[in-house]
Amino acid sequence: MLTFLYELKEGLIIALNSIRANKIRTFLTTLGIVIGVTSVVLMSTAIKGIDGAFQRGISSMGSDVLYVDRWAWFSNVEWWKMRKRSNITMAEYEKFKNAVKLPAAIAPTIWSNETIKVGEKSVENVFISGSTSDFQYTTNFNYSQGRFYNDIESRSSRYVAVLGFEVANNLFPRGDGLGKYIKVSGIEYKVIGILAEQGSFMLGNFNPDKRVYVPIGTVFKHFVNTNFRSITIEVKAHNTGMVQDTKIEAIGAMRKVRGLSYSDEDDFSINQQEGLTQSYDSTVGVIQIAGLFITGLSLFVGAIGIMNIMFVSVKERTKEIGIRKAIGAKRRTILMQFLLESSIICLIGGLLGLLIAVLMSMLINQWLPTSVQYDAFIIAVTISLLTGIIAGFAPAFQAAKLDPVEALRYE
Amino acid sequence: MNIITIENIKKVYKIGTQEIFALRDVSLNIDENEYVAIMGPSGSGKSTLMNMLGCLDTPSYGRYEFKGVNVSKMTDNELARIRNKEIGFVFQTFNLLSRSDSLHNVELPLIYAGLSSGERKERARKALESVGLGDRIHHKPNELSGGQRQRVAIARALVTKPAIILADEPTGNLDSKTGEEIMALFNEIHSQGNTVIVVTHEEYIAKHAKRVIRIKDGLIESDAINEERIIPLAESKLNSI
Repeated sequence: MLTFLYELKEGLIIALNSIRANKIRTFLTTLGIVIGVTSVVLMSTAIKGIDGAFQRGISSMGSDVLYVDRWAWFSNVEWWKMRKRSNITMAEYEKFKNAVKLPAAIAPTIWSNETIKVGEKSVENVFISGSTSDFQYTTNFNYSQGRFYNDIESRSSRYVAVLGFEVANNLFPRGDGLGKYIKVSGIEYKVIGILAEQGSFMLGNFNPDKRVYVPIGTVFKHFVNTNFRSITIEVKAHNTGMVQDTKIEAIGAMRKVRGLSYSDEDDFSINQQEGLTQSYDSTVGVIQIAGLFITGLSLFVGAIGIMNIMFVSVKERTKEIGIRKAIGAKRRTILMQFLLESSIICLIGGLLGLLIAVLMSMLINQWLPTSVQYDAFIIAVTISLLTGIIAGFAPAFQAAKLDPVEALRYE
Repeated sequence: MNIITIENIKKVYKIGTQEIFALRDVSLNIDENEYVAIMGPSGSGKSTLMNMLGCLDTPSYGRYEFKGVNVSKMTDNELARIRNKEIGFVFQTFNLLSRSDSLHNVELPLIYAGLSSGERKERARKALESVGLGDRIHHKPNELSGGQRQRVAIARALVTKPAIILADEPTGNLDSKTGEEIMALFNEIHSQGNTVIVVTHEEYIAKHAKRVIRIKDGLIESDAINEERIIPLAESKLNSI
């Protein structure tokens, strides 16, 4: 055991000396590994960054919320069939609400795209979301200022608005929006609440940061015709364990509201965050596989470079191998010496790659929230060491089984 | 006691379909504390015999016992152990590691023997002092003269206290004066109880040995006590290790 440690130390010294003696060659050889490790680390952190953003966003939607909608988000129901479905109306919502007992909260929602003005400032294409005061119980929002509209404001369709974080920032950069008035396509609303950042940029229009929440009556009155667009009923279960029961009850209740007979298909859909997660997972899965393949390819090229240079190194040092064998170096000693050398070269490449990846991710961070985590260090070290050992094995084995007599004769 | 016992060994090399006998049928014994010269022209098989004696190679046929242990069928790693512990090599071209200083070169066999760093350095330093290089321990081979390099090589051979010192043309790359000094060193090593085997093709080098074995065409031509042994006059610097 001790012998092994002394040989290990000797191997390290030899490897470092050899690297020092061939600086340029070593540097050029490591480039392949540098590129490989950089791409691996960047790829993994990018995926993690996107993933984290998505998870944050999705959690603001709540995994215990069902969306009763005319349209299915993800399903194999043909589009033309859904097209024939009728809109879900406020009257149906009232019936539905009275027919179900399990949900913790139920809220109808309707959306519209409008332009918002504050004085001279105007923001186009803002997602206006109309609902009742129950909406605050179907979501997991937190507020930076103010509150959500209450039952009275909702029932009497008062002109009050709750701004998403980004909208508020755009309209009132100084953060003094609370109590001020905004004009939504000419209609004046009073700002009574501002949401804290929900950080779900992945969700596009679902992103609460980009929305404005107003009582549903005002939306119908000014922006959307009841017959023109279907409402979505948000149904929140008491807990995630009860989502399935709540869903079954909701389907039954909705069928009753629609007056469907046993043989009829559902003419509505119950959507869940789960569907979004599944579709996201399959997309990211493809990206991951593609990314893995590309980075694997660049590592492979790097590994070939290492193998090549190690074969050269073994050839150059045939005599030295002969000397070492003559004075008692065993096969494993020689094997280890060359494996150490290739591993160290790869490790240097890996650490350089990691450094570059960290710098690049800082740059990318301007657009995409990525950050190199501590596990990237472990990934980089593991991958580069593995590459070194795998790429170095054939040359090292060749060196180890050299015949000492012939090796000594080599000039 | 016999250190080396060789019985009817043969070595065959195959070149294509042709078989070439480098050693046809060689038997010999070497005792403890002998001083043997193995002589022969090039192509005689003396190098093959030396590789065999040094456990760098194994015979095709026959039996080789080293200190009573049969080494003819040993594996590479077992042979490496014997070379490390029992044999000290001195080569014509010195064969030092060019990037390492004298101390590390001498230390090397002790690393493979598994000695601790402190003990290695201590023994390597003593070995270098014993060959008169106590003031050159941190010089690299290219900073030393030929004679000094060979002394480092000798120190490396001695440092493991091997059973035999095996020197292959040790003066072949040296001028005659330096060569004489090196031979004086071997004489000194021998007089301290070591077994020394020198392989050479030069008569005046062989004259230093007590016994001369002549090889020709893969056979022992003669094996006799050297009657006109030269005791080198050059002042020896070998102290006890």
